[in-house]
Amino acid sequence: MVKEIEKTGIPVVHICTVVPISLTVGANRIVPAVAIPHPLGNPSLSFEDEKKLREHIVEKALEALTTEVDSQTVFE
Amino acid sequence: MATFKVVHYINQFYAGIGGEEKADTKPFKEAKVIGPGMAFNKALGEDVEIVGTVVCGDSYFNENMETVLPEVLEMIRSFEPDLVIAGPAFNAGRYGMACGAVTAAVIRELDIPAVTGMYEENPGLDIYKKDAYIVPVGNSAATMRKAVPAMTKLITKLLHNEPVDPVVDGYVVRHRKNFVAEFRGARRAADMLVKKLNNEAFQTEYPMPEFDNVDPSPAIKDLSQTKIALVTSGGIVPKGNPDHIESSSASKYGKYDIDGIDTLAGTNYPDAKAYYETAHGGYDPMYANQDSNRVLPVDVLRDMEASGKIGELHRYFYSTVGNGTSVANAKKYAAAIAKELIADGVQAVILTST
Repeated sequence: MVKEIEKTGIPVVHICTVVPISLTVGANRIVPAVAIPHPLGNPSLSFEDEKKLREHIVEKALEALTTEVDSQTVFE
Repeated sequence: MATFKVVHYINQFYAGIGGEEKADTKPFKEAKVIGPGMAFNKALGEDVEIVGTVVCGDSYFNENMETVLPEVLEMIRSFEPDLVIAGPAFNAGRYGMACGAVTAAVIRELDIPAVTGMYEENPGLDIYKKDAYIVPVGNSAATMRKAVPAMTKLITKLLHNEPVDPVVDGYVVRHRKNFVAEFRGARRAADMLVKKLNNEAFQTEYPMPEFDNVDPSPAIKDLSQTKIALVTSGGIVPKGNPDHIESSSASKYGKYDIDGIDTLAGTNYPDAKAYYETAHGGYDPMYANQDSNRVLPVDVLRDMEASGKIGELHRYFYSTVGNGTSVANAKKYAAAIAKELIADGVQAVILTST
C-alpha cells in the first residue's frame, strides 16, 4: 500500500512495528512503532504520558516526511 | 501418430475472433490448432500434437470465473490430453488471470501438467505461481518467438516425466516440493552460511519473494502548508464496522469522515462524540478498542493542526485490514485510495501498520 501511494509522488511515511517487513516490502520512510496491537500507544502509561509518546512518534514521522531520502531509511 | 496429446487454451484475440469488442466470447472448443498453437505444434516436434484448442473471451472468463472454469476444464478433459498449454499471456492482465486459473485448475483437477507464460508484472503471475508452471516471457506478443522455445523446453520435459527445476528449466518458483537430501537441514544451512561467509556462491532452498521498489517521493518543504492524510492497514473503523470489513483477507477498504472529530475514542473515553474500534482479526484488539488513536493518531494530528505545525489533517481516513490480505488486493485498494488522495489535494500520507 505504501508503495502504491508513493508511486504517485505523494511521500508516505510508514509507522510500523515490524520494521523488517516494511523494509522487505519496500517502504522508503519508516518509523518504528511500539508494539503490534498498539503501534502508537502504550497502555501501561498514564493517559498523558501515552499521548506524549504518540506525539513523539508522530513528530518522527513528520521529520521523515520533511527529510529527503534516496533509499530506504529508518527514522529511529 | 504422436505420442503425446496437448490442449491449448487461448483468448478471443489469439483465436482471431476479435479484440475488446469480442472479449465477452463464451468458451468453445475446436479439434484443431489455432493461432500461437501452430508455433508450439512445430516447436514440440513430431512426438507431440496439439489435438484441440479451447477459446474464451478474457472479460467473459474473468467475470464468470466460477462457472466458466468448470466448463473450460470439461472441454479440455474431452480431448484427453497429457498436458495443457495456456497463452502465453505476456502482460495482458485478464488473459494472465485466465491462463493462471486454467493451468492451476488443470494441475489440480485433471492431475496433468499445465504450462503458461507471463510477463513478470502480470497480476496472474503472483496469484497463480504457486500452482501453475509459469514461464517468464516478454511483455507483448512481439516476444512470441522467444516465448515459444522457452516454454517448449519445459513442456517437453514435463511430457517425458523428467524432473524439472525452476532455475534449470526457467519457470517461476512454485510451492515447496518434498525431496530427499543427503544431509539434514541444519547441515545444509550451515554449509550455506559458510559459503556466504567465504563470499562463495550458494543457492537458497527457500527464496524470499521479490518486491519491486519505488523511488522515494520528494520531501515536504513546509509542514504548515501541508495537507496530510491518514491510512492504515490496522483495521480502524467506526464502532460497529459499518462497511463490514472482514477480519482477515479483507475484500475492501473503508473511507471515514473525521470532520469535527478530535480523537478516535474507544472504550477508555466516556461521552465521546463518536466511537471507533478495530476490525482486524490478526492482533489483540483490546488496546485499539480502548483507544483507536493507538493505531491511528488522530488526536495528536488534530493538536498539530490547531497549533499550525501541519497545514491540515485530511477530512477522511482510509482503513483496511492487512491480515492475510493478498498483495494484489492491497495494491488495488491503495491505487484507488491514492487516486482519491491526489484528487483531494493531499500532499503527504502517514500509513500505520500493526
